[in-house]
Amino acid sequence: MAITTIDAVVARSDRKARSSELLPEIALLLAGAALYFAMPEDLGFATRILIAALFALSLDFVLGFAGIVTLGHAALFGVGAYSAGIFGLKVAPDPVLGLLIGAFAGAVVALASAPLVLRSHGLTSVMITLAIAQLLHEIASKARKLTGGDDGLPGVLPSKLLGQFEFDFLGKTGYWYALVVVVICFAILRRLVHSPFGLTCIGIREDRVRMLALGSPVMKHLSIAYMIGGAFAGVAGALSAQITQVVGLNSLSFSHSAEVLVMLVLGGIGRLWGAVAGAAVFMLVHHYAAAADPLRWMLVIGILLLVVVLAMPGGLWGGAERLVQMLRARSKS
Amino acid sequence: MNLLGSILVDSAAYGMVLFVISVGLSITLGLMRFVNLAHGVFALAGGYGVVALARHLGLPYELAFIGAVALVAGLSFPLERWLFRRMYGRSELDQVLFSIGLVFVIIALFGMAFGNGIVAIRLPSYLSGGVDLGFRVVPAQRIAVILVGLLVLFGLWWLLQRTRFGIEARAAVDNVSAARAVGIRASRVYALAFALGSGMAAVGGILGAELLPMEANYPLKHLVMFLAVVAVGGQGNPLALMAAALLLGTVETTAKYFVPEMASILFFSTMLVVLSVRPAGLFSRRA
Repeated sequence: MAITTIDAVVARSDRKARSSELLPEIALLLAGAALYFAMPEDLGFATRILIAALFALSLDFVLGFAGIVTLGHAALFGVGAYSAGIFGLKVAPDPVLGLLIGAFAGAVVALASAPLVLRSHGLTSVMITLAIAQLLHEIASKARKLTGGDDGLPGVLPSKLLGQFEFDFLGKTGYWYALVVVVICFAILRRLVHSPFGLTCIGIREDRVRMLALGSPVMKHLSIAYMIGGAFAGVAGALSAQITQVVGLNSLSFSHSAEVLVMLVLGGIGRLWGAVAGAAVFMLVHHYAAAADPLRWMLVIGILLLVVVLAMPGGLWGGAERLVQMLRARSKS
Repeated sequence: MNLLGSILVDSAAYGMVLFVISVGLSITLGLMRFVNLAHGVFALAGGYGVVALARHLGLPYELAFIGAVALVAGLSFPLERWLFRRMYGRSELDQVLFSIGLVFVIIALFGMAFGNGIVAIRLPSYLSGGVDLGFRVVPAQRIAVILVGLLVLFGLWWLLQRTRFGIEARAAVDNVSAARAVGIRASRVYALAFALGSGMAAVGGILGAELLPMEANYPLKHLVMFLAVVAVGGQGNPLALMAAALLLGTVETTAKYFVPEMASILFFSTMLVVLSVRPAGLFSRRA
């Protein structure tokens, strides 16, 4: 992973702080709108891209900024999806309330597993994230009464959004709803990343011992970072439960955890735009190039991963950034 | 008594398969500090190798077995040299991503070559039959697996404690730069250890084909299992690794006898409990 030096990060964050601009959020909104008009007959798929982007953003916060390596991020997504789905069925079908429930569930599971995950290092820590996800997957598959087991949880149509907008058959409302949620989450995450808390997390990622020596409560910060990541993953899960109106076991599976990791790496770890770009590219390649043949899909993804790790640290977004810098340097000279 | 015996034999066989396959993973992790999620590929390659050699060259089982193991170990030399070695110094995340990418590519290639279904190895009569142990007729293959597991354990102990290679390997684990300074060729040790590990995995994959059936998705499907054994066993101690393999194998096998629907839950819970009490492995004192 190409790690920017702390100085560069701080300088950039100073710049960002001085002008509390909304430019990136507007850009994301416009990109989302463009996607809407680019594939008007396939809005369901476009919405899934948005959800994947939010999921990848939540992983980026945990992995890219706090440096917690996890192979079980789907656990947090799946818990959010199931709790939002069950809440919608049994309690109230209000979509916004469902999102909050999803966020809460994801945050609780993350916070509860944080001591286990953060205490250990290396392979052990990675294995613990994986084991927790597998455990939840097995429990969800056995608790048929609550989750529907292998058949999945049939969702319920969410009630009118804010009492105003009906979720229509074509998924127009669903798309705009998801886009607004993703943009809001993006805005919150972007501010978090550049806040003193976010900078502390980057400091811990870069040099944990030094942060400890400086008197920073490392465990507390990492737990909070993991919890925040869990909350956003939970929102992504809740969104997916509401939009696709079904929660499958796959949402908790290892392959789902691996997929979101691939998206993030593809786009570029440690840069929020990388998560968005990676999710979009991943979903588009999957949809258009390889959906028909799972073997070919694995081959494509495998080669992409190898290329990124061996030759393109920083992923697609990092590569694009370097290209822009090169062009700028050339035009100046 | 019958039931207890059956459970013991099945658990031991399953644990031994996990042990023999995971040895290589433990070696790469302890010696090269490399998290190799692609390790299951070698086990599957061994099994497919036997099938291919028997099918295309008409070799009998024994020759195909030796040929496949030699082939896997031999092929792992260039792989280590040109691919894996680049990742030794890299961050854990890079290693995880790299080896997952490799797993995807190889699964796709295997799937294209051998199809998506389960491929069976044709066994000679002395392995496909049963052995009467008094309380139950046990498949001969399971007995063979247990014997081979013990043999591997003894062989590893001998190799690590009694040979020049073992001394060099242990030195490289403790301190690579010091080992290099006294003239140990660490990269040669790495290459040999890697080939040894993949050869073992091939042995385990072939003998364990009855318990872990061979299919293209094998390296991903059982990855968690192999990683769990290594994480629970800790590094650098074959005996601890075997204890971990037997513990996890017993938990899962016993659960399958009594509460089949809880088997995976119990497996992962055991692993979580051990890892949270002993993050560095079953017999490690370090926290």
